[in-house]
Amino acid sequence: MSAMEISNLTKETLAKMFAQGKRFDGRKLLDSRDFKIEYEVSNCAEGSARVRLGKTEVVVGVKMAGDKPYPDSLDKGNLMVSGDFLPMASPRFEAGPPKFNAIELPRLIDRAIRGAEMIELDKLVIKEGEKVWTVFIDVYPINDDGNLVEAASLAAIAALKSAMMPALDKDGNVDYDKKAKDKLPLAKDIAPISITFYKLGDALILDPTREEEEACEAKVTFGISKKGKDYLINSCQKSWEIVFTEEEIAKMMQILPEKFDELTEKLKKFL
Amino acid sequence: MLKNKMALKRIDGRKANELRKITAKVGIIPNADGSAMFSFGNTVAIAAVYGPRMLHPQHMQNPATGILRCNYDLLSFSVHDRKKPGPSRRSQEISKVTEWALLPVLDLKEFPNTVVDVQIYILQADASTRTAGINAASMALAHAGIPMKNLVCSVSIGKLDKDLVIDVNKAEEDFKDGEGATDMAIAKIANSNKFTLMQLDGKVQPEVIPEMLKMANKACEEIYETQEKALKAVLE
Amino acid sequence: MEEDINEAHEAGEEMVSSSEAKKRRAIVPGEIIVTGEDFLPGDGARREGDNVVASRFGLAEEAGRIIKVIAVTGSFIPRRNNVILGRVIDVTFNGWLIDIDYASSAFLPLMESPRFVNKSEMDQFLGIGDIVAAKIWSVKSKGIDLTLKGKGLGRMEGGMVFHISPNRVPRVIGREGSMINLIKDKTGCDITVGQNGWIWVRGENVDSEIKARQAVELVADKVHTEGLTEQVEEWFAKE
Repeated sequence: MSAMEISNLTKETLAKMFAQGKRFDGRKLLDSRDFKIEYEVSNCAEGSARVRLGKTEVVVGVKMAGDKPYPDSLDKGNLMVSGDFLPMASPRFEAGPPKFNAIELPRLIDRAIRGAEMIELDKLVIKEGEKVWTVFIDVYPINDDGNLVEAASLAAIAALKSAMMPALDKDGNVDYDKKAKDKLPLAKDIAPISITFYKLGDALILDPTREEEEACEAKVTFGISKKGKDYLINSCQKSWEIVFTEEEIAKMMQILPEKFDELTEKLKKFL
Repeated sequence: MLKNKMALKRIDGRKANELRKITAKVGIIPNADGSAMFSFGNTVAIAAVYGPRMLHPQHMQNPATGILRCNYDLLSFSVHDRKKPGPSRRSQEISKVTEWALLPVLDLKEFPNTVVDVQIYILQADASTRTAGINAASMALAHAGIPMKNLVCSVSIGKLDKDLVIDVNKAEEDFKDGEGATDMAIAKIANSNKFTLMQLDGKVQPEVIPEMLKMANKACEEIYETQEKALKAVLE
Repeated sequence: MEEDINEAHEAGEEMVSSSEAKKRRAIVPGEIIVTGEDFLPGDGARREGDNVVASRFGLAEEAGRIIKVIAVTGSFIPRRNNVILGRVIDVTFNGWLIDIDYASSAFLPLMESPRFVNKSEMDQFLGIGDIVAAKIWSVKSKGIDLTLKGKGLGRMEGGMVFHISPNRVPRVIGREGSMINLIKDKTGCDITVGQNGWIWVRGENVDSEIKARQAVELVADKVHTEGLTEQVEEWFAKE
């Protein structure tokens, strides 16, 4: 696959197209590609899932281990989200220390899950003050065709919802060969999705392909979940140099709940 | 004296010279120049090839030929005890021997100053991961159109106490009775008697080694058939 | 509209089925293609004793006594006289550095521009991020040299560029340009096809550019080439 950087003329043409509400694959600016979810990427994980969003593919695995609690939360389990942009997923990804995108993605997933309180960390205590469960969520893109954060957040939800607690042996150590019968304790019906708006010229788009993503000039990711009837923004981060206007942000706030509902409906078919 | 091979029943019911179910698929990563998946039972490896492409830093370039660079690693959740992300000594060693296993069939003189990058990742580990990785990488290199003399086939041979078995799984790797488990990984150029990878841990008499290699030969024929089929399926 | 037929179709491999159909079959590296002393191993094949054997993955082709393996996958291998599309990476004191999607970047010397360009106006003639159609005039281990002296070469203005697998370029062009001309006619677009898999299209409006791109990708994605022209005509009729 080509590693050639985007050209001036393609960027200009994409800006023209977006200004007319058009995209190469016939989608409207705010339309998302279809996605599929599969489970059991690894039978060694407590839970794992693979999302295919167009040609973008991401796998997420959940592992659990017994650990000391953090000193400022002795009665809660720990959550750690990490990830790696392995060089296999794109000619742009190089081996070596992570570039900013690779650092940002797991942190965005982390803040959305934490903000929404999706994992019941207070139910993950093994021995108060001494031993708690740490939930590790590891995110790996397999093929980057744009919008990795959203694909990763869907995979993380699927992996968490399918995760089973490992068993403890009589000494209180983890016995990975046995799984307990309990699922990982999750807040009922809370599933925060991270949705990223991209901007080129004056146009706002969702779910870009890699080519579209490379032409865009600003992006902002919102983690959004729903509790009962209330939509809640759990996290937010704007990246890249170009600004967003107040009107654009207000517009996003109108689009977000609908988008969240649409993605949640599709997600439910796989849960 | 080694016991009658045919009578041996293994933990998962296989015969001594029986491989686990092997599967292969080519073209699984659209962004890569070549890509493939190979599995031995529950061990699943994927490989992506990028190249020939520019090699940085410049001082690593070889004006006489392109170079091959392999990177093998386990995904953190591919094993029971989560592996912290990042290369380990073990993965660095496997990366290097994998490179030596594949290089003999490649001809990179047409591409001076470039690199062919092979990325191998294990999604799910049940022993014999490096051999699954080499099988996947071999297909991925062919898929990438790299000039290649032959495919490379790789398999593990075990000695459990005194019994020789092909394609070791994790339970067999941990075998403790009698002489315990000896684990040998080999790779060979397909349809030849040339070995490009040999690694071994355990206890084995020298005269047993040729027997282990003979067992590997038949297994590699099956592996080659699977690789050939997966590659040709791309052109259908 | 500029005449921009790319001369490369004469240099490229013909992938389109012809009436004198050559025998082709899928082959993996190391597989025996034919046995016999009379056969001559061509591109992608080698002799091993009595056998002619594949030296890469692709389609083995027997054309009389010559046996070769046509690459169907894999990256672009630059050859002299290839017309390619590249992106300008840098403007130096005596030329331009161009990314042509190959392991080494290519150099376009100032002297190889079709008209006189002042050193002070170099980046207006060709600036970083611009797309240029150029011809490869030498391939050495030190690097690749380009020239702009030729028909249809130079800076591309407007339109868009996109990428297909370089192995698919011959069929996108078609026998004597038949396929690419069909797409140009039906969409009214200017199209330049680079041997490195980069394609430039420019039309009256964005819709015709999208259509041209979709048609090219349709042709490139198909695995087999039989009846491709009819399929493309049907596709246009439906749209």
